[in-house]
Amino acid sequence: MAKLESTMKNMVLSLSMIALVASGLLGGVYALTKGPIDQATKNDKEKAIKAVLPDKSAVVGNPEEVTLPDYADPFVIYPATVNGELVGAAVETYDKNGYGGTLKVMVGLKLDGTVSDYSILETSETPGLGAKAEDWFRAKGDIRGKNPATSKFTPTKDGGDIDAITASTITSRAFLTSVQKAYEAFLKYQNK
Amino acid sequence: MKGFKIVLNGLIKENPTFCLLLGMCPTLATTTSAINGMGMGLCTMFVLMCSNMVVAAIKNIVPDKVRIPAFVVVIATFVTILQLALQAYVPALNKSLGIFIPLIVVNCIILGRAEAFASKHNVVDSLLDGIGIGLGFTVALTLLGSVREMLGAGSIFGYKFIAPDSDGILLFILPPGAFIALGYLIAIVNRLRAKYEKK
Repeated sequence: MAKLESTMKNMVLSLSMIALVASGLLGGVYALTKGPIDQATKNDKEKAIKAVLPDKSAVVGNPEEVTLPDYADPFVIYPATVNGELVGAAVETYDKNGYGGTLKVMVGLKLDGTVSDYSILETSETPGLGAKAEDWFRAKGDIRGKNPATSKFTPTKDGGDIDAITASTITSRAFLTSVQKAYEAFLKYQNK
Repeated sequence: MKGFKIVLNGLIKENPTFCLLLGMCPTLATTTSAINGMGMGLCTMFVLMCSNMVVAAIKNIVPDKVRIPAFVVVIATFVTILQLALQAYVPALNKSLGIFIPLIVVNCIILGRAEAFASKHNVVDSLLDGIGIGLGFTVALTLLGSVREMLGAGSIFGYKFIAPDSDGILLFILPPGAFIALGYLIAIVNRLRAKYEKK
């Protein structure tokens, strides 16, 4: 088959045909993968919530959104109950001042606001530096068992009570701010 | 025999990373660990194979003047399919490669092979070329990722071989380390090639 000439009619026809086939194909794949993608995102979140909750046997209730002043996007509270009584919550929190942009964290809080555990949901921090936040705040800068009401959740360099990640003060600040905000959002949720 | 030659050509003689120096942006950015480098290489290889085949198949119904937009649509389609599939079935890899998956669309290796090879050869040869170039890219990225991970984090494919709480040479995880490691790798490969060709 000879190559088509570059006439206007041929060009329009061939490009439209290619675009049509491509969009049809994409539509099909999108429909096929939509279910698994939603499932994967949901699984991720559920795993994070389960991991950070203070009481592993607690039942996770319906999520509720709480907004704080100066923060445009809402914080999502996943209340944890045992026999119908609130025992704590997992709070999906964030801070936009990470070294690589937004840092999204799931923080587990006990009823009085004590941090039980955390899990980082989304991060673009530098590998080898800021990305260490994944474990750091369970090891050297352990925040578990500390309460934002009594401890200052800022790096020691800024007069706070938490050891910052070596050479990653900005990430540490962003992370600790997000935990602090999770605490504030949880307080607001409880006082409603 | 000819098919074997085409694959070998992409893997060694025209290795996209070590010889053509194409696609440097994902090469430098995603090779912070061996597994990331390998993931990126395999993703690119998949797109390269599919786009090469389709471009070779449609080359006669695409008029010359609109061939670039037509090729870009083909490539973008496969990249989007790949991204959806990754999100659905291997979300962890999708997370660690992040923005570099959609950026495969503008990876010059893929458009370069469509233009230089697939638009002049038949479907089977184009597929083989995609496999060869893709393998070459994957091997190069895995190698670079391994070197950076070994020096920078003291581990290989996630298995740590130095004391657990000690660090590697951080420089190699950071962008400057990518340039340094790549430079040395290219020098070594060129040296080996020169020796081999002399014989």
